[in-house]
Amino acid sequence: MDLSPVIDGFGVVLEPTNLLYCLIGVVVGMLIGVLPGLGPAATIAILLPVTFGIEPVTAIIMLAGIFYGAQYGGTITSVLLRLPGEASSVVTVFDGHALAKKGKAGTALGIAAIGSFVGGTVSIIALSLLAPLVAGFALDFGPPEYTALALLGILLVATVSSGHRLKAIIAAGVGLLLATVGRDGFTSAERFTFDNLSLADGLDFVPIAMGLFGLGEILYNLEERHRAEQAPATVANVWPSRADLRQSAGAIGRGSVLGFLLGILPGGGATLSSLAAYAVEKRRAKDPSRFGKGAIEGVAAPETANNAAATSSFIPLLTLGIPANATMAVIFGALLIQGVSPGPQLVTEDPELFWGVVNSMYLGNILLLVMSIPLVGLFVRILRVRAAVLAPITVLITLIGVYTVNNDVFDIVLVIVFGALGYLMKKLGFDPGPLVLAFVLGSLLEDSLRRSLLIFDGDATGFFTRPISGTLLVVFVLVAAAPALRALRERKAADRH
Amino acid sequence: MTNPHDAGTPDGTGHDTSGAVGDDTHLDDLVREVEAAEHEYRPPAAGVLSNAITALVVIALGIAGVFGSLALGVGAAAEPGPGTWPLLVSGLLTMLGVALLALARRTGDAERFTATSWLVLAGVATMIVFVAVIEVVGFEIPAALLCLVWLRFLGRESWRMSVVTSLAVVLGFYLVFVAALAVPIPHLF
Repeated sequence: MDLSPVIDGFGVVLEPTNLLYCLIGVVVGMLIGVLPGLGPAATIAILLPVTFGIEPVTAIIMLAGIFYGAQYGGTITSVLLRLPGEASSVVTVFDGHALAKKGKAGTALGIAAIGSFVGGTVSIIALSLLAPLVAGFALDFGPPEYTALALLGILLVATVSSGHRLKAIIAAGVGLLLATVGRDGFTSAERFTFDNLSLADGLDFVPIAMGLFGLGEILYNLEERHRAEQAPATVANVWPSRADLRQSAGAIGRGSVLGFLLGILPGGGATLSSLAAYAVEKRRAKDPSRFGKGAIEGVAAPETANNAAATSSFIPLLTLGIPANATMAVIFGALLIQGVSPGPQLVTEDPELFWGVVNSMYLGNILLLVMSIPLVGLFVRILRVRAAVLAPITVLITLIGVYTVNNDVFDIVLVIVFGALGYLMKKLGFDPGPLVLAFVLGSLLEDSLRRSLLIFDGDATGFFTRPISGTLLVVFVLVAAAPALRALRERKAADRH
Repeated sequence: MTNPHDAGTPDGTGHDTSGAVGDDTHLDDLVREVEAAEHEYRPPAAGVLSNAITALVVIALGIAGVFGSLALGVGAAAEPGPGTWPLLVSGLLTMLGVALLALARRTGDAERFTATSWLVLAGVATMIVFVAVIEVVGFEIPAALLCLVWLRFLGRESWRMSVVTSLAVVLGFYLVFVAALAVPIPHLF
């Protein structure tokens, strides 16, 4: 492996602008992790207009920082308030809050910070080794492979996403349909534009992501009834003792590996890996009954795994051009806006961007470790900022921000429409994530499907005669049929009894 | 975020790892417990009617898509037209909508619309006012109004707090967007 682009990547990171934006990214990430209300996908969506004025590599360094920074911040509220700041910190609540009640909140936060750092760093190293290999492998992919890959990616994200699976697939279908609006790339026919000039070039990604994730979430939270004010547990001594460290070492090691592996899979990501890591530790424990009552491994494992997964979920995006979850879909959109199309050629054709972003994560993780421990007190105070005050400010940032992209009032109209749609979707049990993901992959999917059909002369069985697209499609069918198979198996098992 | 729907329930994933998590029923219980605690602050589940209407909207969208695609020209498999792909997607949507309708009695993950839903409508209304007048009177007045409504009526802050914060926010936005960044946003002053 030629190391010089990797080393050049460190040069990119050390440019003062990039250092600054890395710092901004991780601080913002940690803040939104602490504040209940907006998740990383929403925050990154709202900040999309900001990225227009800056260099692609700088923009992505900042957005990536928000994503993994949020994994650190989410822990704080889980431990201190039994209120997960992020979905990926839900399991941390069990043992983290139990530790806090025993007066060991500091230990829990300290272990979480160390675990996050180790998990993140292990994952970056593994990513650096694996990503060029995957990209090299994918260089030969043609339209049929991309068709199969995009289909499988969308299906996995929809089925693994939380909530109703059927509804998630419907959301993905709507996303695919929205992606067809505008001029058809092959025939120049106007599709679903209703003679509206603003729609001729298709729907813009920015208002869709900002509306569905940002405004949608804010509107949804308006209906939340007031929670009783809760006094956060007091934090003393964040440095874990040597015994705590020894007890968590195994959990941190296993969490890193598990998180890395699950993060690569489409639909995997931080939430799933934190659950899996917790389950593994509990299964391995000599005395599983300790879990839920303040087992330090119960904090170490999920917090390590969610950071490892947040990092490794960049692999499918940067090497295949397939985002593995909702947040990656927004970063994918950000790259496209910057004129960078992520895919297997990125590592070789734009090494500065690739290695700049990857190497910035080392720095970001160090910054987070250094900041998170001394700043816990500050973040606890930020928790007192009421959501009622933040909401209108976020709304205004969204409305004005979306306007600045094209200086077009129509974009404000769109963001409001998609905000209302996002609210309705969440209200009715549809996860907006698959919609946004399917929307960004929609034109790639249609393009490669049509090219494939031209290659195969209309014979769809051609997909199965190519080894890679064939394999991917078989997996696709298996995943799609899994619920039916499982129901069948359960029925058989029930008959036997 | 803290929404229960985002919390990634480990049950029912067609995934390698679902076994690892799914076997551990105790973990499932714990996750459900946390989700239930989150749900305390949310409206109750929606009824069958609301589920059925949702499904019908999906079906209607699918059928509209099918007709729209047919009008575009579907082409042939060897020569896909502009309508081929939208037709496939719309057809799929229609079928999924029918499946959702069949399950309308058994889905419990939608929330009921309650009195608090009016707050959301009010919130959307402030945004519509904002976009309707921004080109006429600039962003300052509608932004201040939006802030005031959100703080005083949706957030139940005190009048004093609401007025002071609204003015401060608009001033802050003016300084950042107009004075510092010189963004060409319509403004009054």
